Amino acid sequence: MSVPALSIRGLTKVYGNQHQALKGIDLTVNDGDFFALLGPNGAGKSTTLGIVSSMVNKSAGKVEIFGIDIDRNFSLAKYQLGVVPQEFNFNPFEKVEDIVLAQAGFYGIPRKKALSRTRQLLEDLGLSDKREQQARTLSGGMKRRLMIARALVHRPRLLILDEPTAGVDIELRRSMWEYMQRINEQEGTTIILTTHYLEEAEALCGNIAIIDQGTIVKDSSMRDLLAELDVETFLLDTEEPLVQAPVLEDFQIELLDSGQLALAVKRGQHINDAFQQLSQQGIRVTSLRNRSNRLEELFVSLVDHGKEAGGIR
Amino acid sequence: MKYQQIWVAFWTVLVREVRRFMRIWPQTLLPPSITMAMYFLIFGNLVGSRIGQMDGFPYIDYIVPGLIMMSVITNSYSNVASSFFGTKFQRSVEELIVSPMPNWAILAGYIAGGAARGLLVGIIVTLVSMFFTRLDIVHPLLTLVVVVLTSLLFSIGGFINALLGNKFDDISIVPVFVLTPLTYLGGVFYSIHTLPTFWQHVSQLNPILYMVNTFRYGILGVSDISAGWAMGAIIIFNVVLFALALSMLNRGKGIRH
Repeated sequence: MSVPALSIRGLTKVYGNQHQALKGIDLTVNDGDFFALLGPNGAGKSTTLGIVSSMVNKSAGKVEIFGIDIDRNFSLAKYQLGVVPQEFNFNPFEKVEDIVLAQAGFYGIPRKKALSRTRQLLEDLGLSDKREQQARTLSGGMKRRLMIARALVHRPRLLILDEPTAGVDIELRRSMWEYMQRINEQEGTTIILTTHYLEEAEALCGNIAIIDQGTIVKDSSMRDLLAELDVETFLLDTEEPLVQAPVLEDFQIELLDSGQLALAVKRGQHINDAFQQLSQQGIRVTSLRNRSNRLEELFVSLVDHGKEAGGIR
Repeated sequence: MKYQQIWVAFWTVLVREVRRFMRIWPQTLLPPSITMAMYFLIFGNLVGSRIGQMDGFPYIDYIVPGLIMMSVITNSYSNVASSFFGTKFQRSVEELIVSPMPNWAILAGYIAGGAARGLLVGIIVTLVSMFFTRLDIVHPLLTLVVVVLTSLLFSIGGFINALLGNKFDDISIVPVFVLTPLTYLGGVFYSIHTLPTFWQHVSQLNPILYMVNTFRYGILGVSDISAGWAMGAIIIFNVVLFALALSMLNRGKGIRH
């Protein structure tokens, strides 16, 4: 079996104010994986990735990047790693091309090679015509793509994307997904993604870990995780307005407003049975959609300790 | 990282620093030229002609080395302090932190950038001074070595200030309340022999006195203190401050959680 792209053992972080952000987490990301690290705000995602990328000092534990212990040879480990942080972290007054070129320089890449790689990446990410512009003149989506180009210029084997599509419009988000999938599949780059768009994680990632309050509460393949979903909630739009929710045998159904119902379908139940009962009661459904995406339902149940998992919310 | 790669990385930081201060030359290169031209005109020519000689030299000749050194000190310091604090503020320091570049090379790159601005300003001020007087440099090598070491020293100082600073005010406190008074009291405008004995002893606690006087010794051949002793002290200051800055950088002081 190949060496994991990232291996974390007993990782602990206690900040100066005694806040324990990480409580001894273990995590393995395999070579070539497209991995989602999810969690609510303040759960410990950014701290974990900050330690891996050396922006945060760990309190205890062991981190290996492609088998290289960061405590022994962080310099070598850093060559394997590219980081796209959550916040814009470049000099807005520098030119787009200079930002990427400088990053290549920090990795010791000679200028000629750096220039050719930079131009290729800017081309791939649709920033070629912006290369002479100051970074501050770019739109939010372009700034995100600039940070991706910068993170890839030294051709890392492991790419960390910390909410790369936050604030990006749908069209651009889709094109960024395609680009990320391409570098994962064609170039074999391992990708760790954190995102609050759970449909993004579901669409892209093969494996997933969910972190909450400094602890990994779930670590499995996306398929296995979704198979654990006990209840899916669907929203049904009805043709005629209703005054009260219909009563359906074996199904939990709730009237949200006069023309919309929320139907909970448990694992093993068939949605056709619910439709059949609705038809018998003369209720015609014009459209159907998930209340939230499937991963979101699971996510909420895993990190929401106060409520029973899977019920209608 | 191989040495060749470290060199590329160091050069990248240095070139970026030089480009930065060249891009904003009206803020970085022009003001010291104008300020020093005023000093030469008012204190050197107008007031200086009434003061007479200082240590056997016309007053304008006496203050030119001190004013050149003052420009080098303040510009070296403020270049690194503002540039590195700016990278912290914009978080672009993370570009360096995530890279495999060794901390000593990052530090060296910023120091070299600060020294480059300090020395360039020193050259500009020297050229400006030639409109007011003509100086023959007595000890050219010593002059060059002391000005380079001084610019390096204050670049390191600026780096430490930037590491410790949390807000923009923090990087102006030291130049305004420490550096400027020490420079003015460091023998730029007068020989400490003109002071009462007690204040001569107090002045000797001022490190800038040694730099200004050694530089003046290099140009004019006169000094209030031993040039050899002063050179030793400047080298020791450089080594100690570099070690301190590197240790802070290794611990991630001010830049890592």
